[in-house]
Amino acid sequence: MGMTMTQKILAHAAGLDKVVAGQLIEANLDLVLGNDITSPVAIKEMDKMKVNGVFDKDKIALVPDHFVPNKDIKSAEHCKCVREFARRNEITNYFEVGEMGIEHALLPEKGLTVAGDVIIGADSHTCTYGALGAFSTGVGSTDMAAGMATGKAWFKVPSAIKFVLTGKPSKWVSGKDVILHIIGMIGVDGALYKSMEFVGDGIANLSMDDRFTIANMAIEAGGKNGIFPVDALAESYMKEHSNRKYTIYEADEDAEYDETYTIDLSQLRPTVSFPHLPENTHTIDEIHEMDDIKIDQVVIGSCTNGRLDDLRIAAEILKGRKVQKGLRCIVIPATQKIYLQAMEEGLLRTFIEAGAVVSTPTCGPCLGGYMGILAEGERCVSTTNRNFVGRMGHVTSEIYLASPAVAAASAILGKIGCPCELA
Amino acid sequence: MKNAIGTVFKFGDNVDTDVIIPARYLNSSDPAELATHCMEDIDKDFVKNVKKGDIIVATKNFGCGSSREHAPIAIKAAGVSCVIAETFARIFYRNSINIGLPIVECPEAAKGIDAGDQVEVNFDTGVITNLTKGTTFQGQAFPEFMQKIIAAEGLVNYINNK
Repeated sequence: MGMTMTQKILAHAAGLDKVVAGQLIEANLDLVLGNDITSPVAIKEMDKMKVNGVFDKDKIALVPDHFVPNKDIKSAEHCKCVREFARRNEITNYFEVGEMGIEHALLPEKGLTVAGDVIIGADSHTCTYGALGAFSTGVGSTDMAAGMATGKAWFKVPSAIKFVLTGKPSKWVSGKDVILHIIGMIGVDGALYKSMEFVGDGIANLSMDDRFTIANMAIEAGGKNGIFPVDALAESYMKEHSNRKYTIYEADEDAEYDETYTIDLSQLRPTVSFPHLPENTHTIDEIHEMDDIKIDQVVIGSCTNGRLDDLRIAAEILKGRKVQKGLRCIVIPATQKIYLQAMEEGLLRTFIEAGAVVSTPTCGPCLGGYMGILAEGERCVSTTNRNFVGRMGHVTSEIYLASPAVAAASAILGKIGCPCELA
Repeated sequence: MKNAIGTVFKFGDNVDTDVIIPARYLNSSDPAELATHCMEDIDKDFVKNVKKGDIIVATKNFGCGSSREHAPIAIKAAGVSCVIAETFARIFYRNSINIGLPIVECPEAAKGIDAGDQVEVNFDTGVITNLTKGTTFQGQAFPEFMQKIIAAEGLVNYINNK
């Protein structure tokens, strides 16, 4: 019996010829990541360990992105703790405000994640880098501490679910709709402990930004990781952004999968996850059959959908139109580079003229930190990744997860809707 | 490892880390402070009612969502001695072991235990006893290395003790 793509990467990182699902292995790590929420806890744990510093100052990335620029004194103390740790240990890849971005958009852009890597990050959306053919998974702070100290982590080798993507998505259907459709189909624990392996000729019709979005939300189906094969597009992305050597792994023909789903991308419709779970999905057609769902806020950004493709599509819809009076529309480019590109392409002008606000990169509103907290009973259409109770603010507020296209159209309409409804 | 004995607080499916410890409190990493907000968005009286040694029982996918280790830290610091669930989200599972919070997967126990029941958990054998109803369930016993990590109050002490 052969190995899946994930299993092959893990076998190599563990120095083994072969691994099987369920096997416990110790793997060498290519990158250990933390942010301003999780790193302080990891640093405190590492201080308790009897070790001399970090395993490799070039293989650790520290990205304060959740509550920066500091939202209050306590957050400032956390960031100070991370900054001083980075200085003390001469961490190469520490990204200060001004050069930072939302971690999962920033690291691929900086060329720190490439195909064949084994990456752990103390952030659940670390699974994003699977879009480039890496094994990457979220862990907690103690695992991050052990990773920073030893350069190793233990894993239980996951079994896999195969998603065969075929066809070409229609206009206004993006990577976000693909992954929301999948989560709606298999549920928020449908891939629990497993790897989600995406294959099929439909992948050629997905941009890198679409793939990052899809891999990013593997965790929302409970997945250990999400992973894409490395094609010409992924290779050209890595060549453009990184000078690191990458290794392409392919699943064996006789690899075993727990389940296989075939998804015709041409049949997918703009999809929205209703409160309070990402699996509560409805297509835009189903929504059209319902009473209007009036909204108070729209957020376009996050590690899921704050990339240039996302901003371009939102701007295309908002150009020459106005955000509904009384509604707040918050646009957050995910990195400084994306921010600058959006500025040069005139996207920021479009957003501002439409009545949206544009923020510096931050995770802020996605997890109810700051920069767009919801009041009692308020509703938000958001391109982020979770719509749990109280996630963006008051426990009675509601989050509807959607693509940038649906979010932008909803901002204009004042209710959940799609670009096809705009005059 | 010593048995856990306590009164049960019962929760349903997909209890996420945002309701276990809302992100608005993540500007702190102090266990005692985090404990004062534990489960606040799903049961605002939890912190008031929970006593040292009490047990959380939930159905599927407990701890889904964010990787915040603050979630098991808050539960442990609130005095909870064990979490039993049908299934756990994988990052929460790892984090709990790593900080020394015992957790046991047992679908039958998750169904057969109600709020307010007195429950005893034997970590050596994996046997869960519902003292109120007089029923027992076989949960997954921890492998020896996981027992040692929990007994050492977490991975860091375990590594240091080796």
